[in-house]
Amino acid sequence: MLRLEGLHKRYRTGDEALKGVDLDVPDGQVMALIGPSGAGKSTLIRCINRLVEPTSGRTVLNDTDLTALSQSGLRAARRRMGMIFQEYALVERLTVMENVLSGRLGYVGFWQSWFRRFPGDDVQEAFRLLDRVGLVEMVDKRADELSGGQRQRVGIARALIQNPELLLVDEPTASLDPKTSRQIMRLICELCKERGLAAIINIHDVLLAQMFAERIVGLRLGEIVYDGPPDGLTPEVLTEIYGEEDWEATIERVDEEGSPNTEALASDIGAAGS
Amino acid sequence: MPVLDTNEGPVWRRRTTAAQWAIWGGWFVGVAIVVYCWKLVSDKTVWFFVTDAGRQAADMASRMVPPKWSYMETLWRPVWDTINIATLGTLLAIAMAFPIAFLAARNTTPNAGVRAIALLVIVSSRSINSLIWALMLVAIIGPGVFAGVLAIGFRSIGFCAKLLYEAIEEIDAGQVEAIEATGASGGQKLVYGVIPQILPTFAGISVFRWDINIRESTVLGLVGAGGIGLQLDASISTLAWTQVSLILIVILATVIVSEWVSARVRHAII
Repeated sequence: MLRLEGLHKRYRTGDEALKGVDLDVPDGQVMALIGPSGAGKSTLIRCINRLVEPTSGRTVLNDTDLTALSQSGLRAARRRMGMIFQEYALVERLTVMENVLSGRLGYVGFWQSWFRRFPGDDVQEAFRLLDRVGLVEMVDKRADELSGGQRQRVGIARALIQNPELLLVDEPTASLDPKTSRQIMRLICELCKERGLAAIINIHDVLLAQMFAERIVGLRLGEIVYDGPPDGLTPEVLTEIYGEEDWEATIERVDEEGSPNTEALASDIGAAGS
Repeated sequence: MPVLDTNEGPVWRRRTTAAQWAIWGGWFVGVAIVVYCWKLVSDKTVWFFVTDAGRQAADMASRMVPPKWSYMETLWRPVWDTINIATLGTLLAIAMAFPIAFLAARNTTPNAGVRAIALLVIVSSRSINSLIWALMLVAIIGPGVFAGVLAIGFRSIGFCAKLLYEAIEEIDAGQVEAIEATGASGGQKLVYGVIPQILPTFAGISVFRWDINIRESTVLGLVGAGGIGLQLDASISTLAWTQVSLILIVILATVIVSEWVSARVRHAII
């Protein structure tokens, strides 16, 4: 579904962020991308929707070569890729509804968006999504009145209203507390399942990655050093990705929780109320 | 550097001894220059006029009171003109400054050439005082309120555009990036990503400039560009000091009211 071939990025400062990354993400797969700060995780997902232009290599989304697109072609292709950000990146002074509807900007004309005259279907879909993420009573609140977890839910709704085929998720939990982090990760994964979406989730919390992702890719200094199932993350593998450290505590937690994807979810349901 | 090794262990001081002496030396030179300049000024002053100043001021003040309140009847119209010059001039300025600011801001400009031109417009507008703008415009389009409006407008473009483009350059790029990632066009990026972020600043700048322009437009009449300055000029040249004092009171009142309005509006926005 999404294929990266020899993706390479060198910044003008000379930093080589990606050194020829090859990656295949099949339909409906939730993949976590882990790695230390500066490994190139953010660059990788921004090279897919070309918020950062790759230096060389190809990214192919369902037979569309994204790297070869013109500006207008790229805009059309971006509609198929929803993006969720670390600092939520909501437009702070717009309302929740306007923020969600901004996900439809690729589909409506300039004056339509200027006068906020979005098609009725879009507005209905926005209400449905806000209901789904549990914020329907916040429709008229301004984004800067919301808490971190609520903002990220708006961010999720904005990405989903694009009706994307792929979610690009950049550190969705880095600004959130542990409980909210789990809730947000669970929400993203549930929504991916409901809609059969593929997702690439950048995350530096190894435990969360193991709990929620079906597949884990470890990035180090712009190169993939691990690609496999969550339970394949042994101390040796983590040392390979992050460097020397005592990894036993991290591994142990996962063992306690048994099969990380199911039991961890079950143990969290009590906290999912809010 | 200022860590000194002594027998009782390291001692930290803010500055080394040499740096401390250099600072004292700098102060000494500075004070010496001030004293010398003071002497030069003093030598060139006719001290008789200075000692006489108090008596002259008292004399003028005595001729100014009581203000000629009946003159107010003829003043209403110029006061109204003055406020109109300031308001229309500000509107003209912000209408032109808004697009120029987007062309001048590094993160929204189409290219470096356009940016250079926009910056040139801003600098030339700012470098010419509104009184000089008015002098030139009176010469070109004749005396009257319209010249005043244009003078205020041209002078304010630079001020508004400069503050606004600095605000545009300081916006949170993450919000714009998020809008861009949805597949929005360039125009939509501005409307959803940039404008909401700068709107409070924009409103604040506009009101602030309006408040400045009220003060500036009170003197434009001195060069024939309409407003209350015209009456001030006429009253001073006919030595009608009781009228002058009334005009000064009216200007003071207008400025106080405009500052109050400006402060209230800005407080409400920010």
